[in-house]
Amino acid sequence: MSSLTGDVGSDGETHWHVERRGITANALGVGIAVAAYGVSFGAISVTGGLTVLQTSILSALMFTGGSQFALIGVLIAGGGAVSAVATSVLLGVRNAFYGLSMAPVLRVHGAQRLVAAQLTIDESTAMAVSRSTEHDDGRASRFAFWATGLSVFVFWNLATLLGALGAHALGDPKRLGLDAAIPAGFIALVWPRLRDARAWTIGLAAAAMALVLTPFLQPGVPVLCTATVAVVAGVLEVRRRSPEPTT
Amino acid sequence: MTATWWAVIAATLGCYVTKLAGQSVPQTLLDRPVVKAVADSLPIALLMALVAVQTFAVGQHLVIDARFAGLCAAVVALLLRAPFLVVVVVAAATAALLRAAGLAA
Repeated sequence: MSSLTGDVGSDGETHWHVERRGITANALGVGIAVAAYGVSFGAISVTGGLTVLQTSILSALMFTGGSQFALIGVLIAGGGAVSAVATSVLLGVRNAFYGLSMAPVLRVHGAQRLVAAQLTIDESTAMAVSRSTEHDDGRASRFAFWATGLSVFVFWNLATLLGALGAHALGDPKRLGLDAAIPAGFIALVWPRLRDARAWTIGLAAAAMALVLTPFLQPGVPVLCTATVAVVAGVLEVRRRSPEPTT
Repeated sequence: MTATWWAVIAATLGCYVTKLAGQSVPQTLLDRPVVKAVADSLPIALLMALVAVQTFAVGQHLVIDARFAGLCAAVVALLLRAPFLVVVVVAAATAALLRAAGLAA
């Protein structure tokens, strides 16, 4: 290999410049796409009764859309703070698994790791894992993670503020159908995950369970209870993949 | 401090600690098939439960109102591969129009 690096080196650098430009363009594109969602989050949060400051803090410090929407959704629906927090954090559990797959690629320590953790979300992970790490020691993958994470962070926060400030001008949320925007936002979030019959089964079982429990439990708690559907589905999935050893 | 502030702070901390845990804990702790399978199913279950409750619940009561029409419109928009903002706006506009026309609560 070392005899080749001299020739490949300059070509490799040119190729890297092109690749880096492509990744940057993609990162900006994802940021702009996410901004549309950020505007709706800001507007729905403020019309639902949270302050502009609370809404902005969520986007800057929580910075994981599904969990943010879950928190305000449960609070706006009159659920208790505890179930709102629990639902929000449970939805964020996937970020831990993103971090798990990103850590060997990022190889960060100290303060850098604290920042990398904050930027570990759906978009940055998806963009990073879409790059092969075999030929360039993960350089493109790392760059995609940071570029996408930073781009989404900037656009997401600006968009949230825009939506939050604009919400005051909107008026009565119900007359505008903003209460219907909340479930629409959730179905749009889950839509890419409903890829097969198994996902639909989990989703519909959870939806049915939440509705059946609604009359009996405080708002927010029924949603939390559907975590058991995920546990059962996960255990069954593992059993299905690895048949029982004959003991 | 209001309950909303406590919820914002606690959930923000919880979500950050979760993110940091993924970057920090030993691989073997989270890298088990069953943990991975449950974590994959969790967003599907919670998000679909949220869809159901946010569409049909008013407090502890279940109702069918303009939100359901909004959800149906959102699903049509998703089937037509509309982007996020379009899906949300279509749902809101559907509910708003039905209410303005006096066709739904």
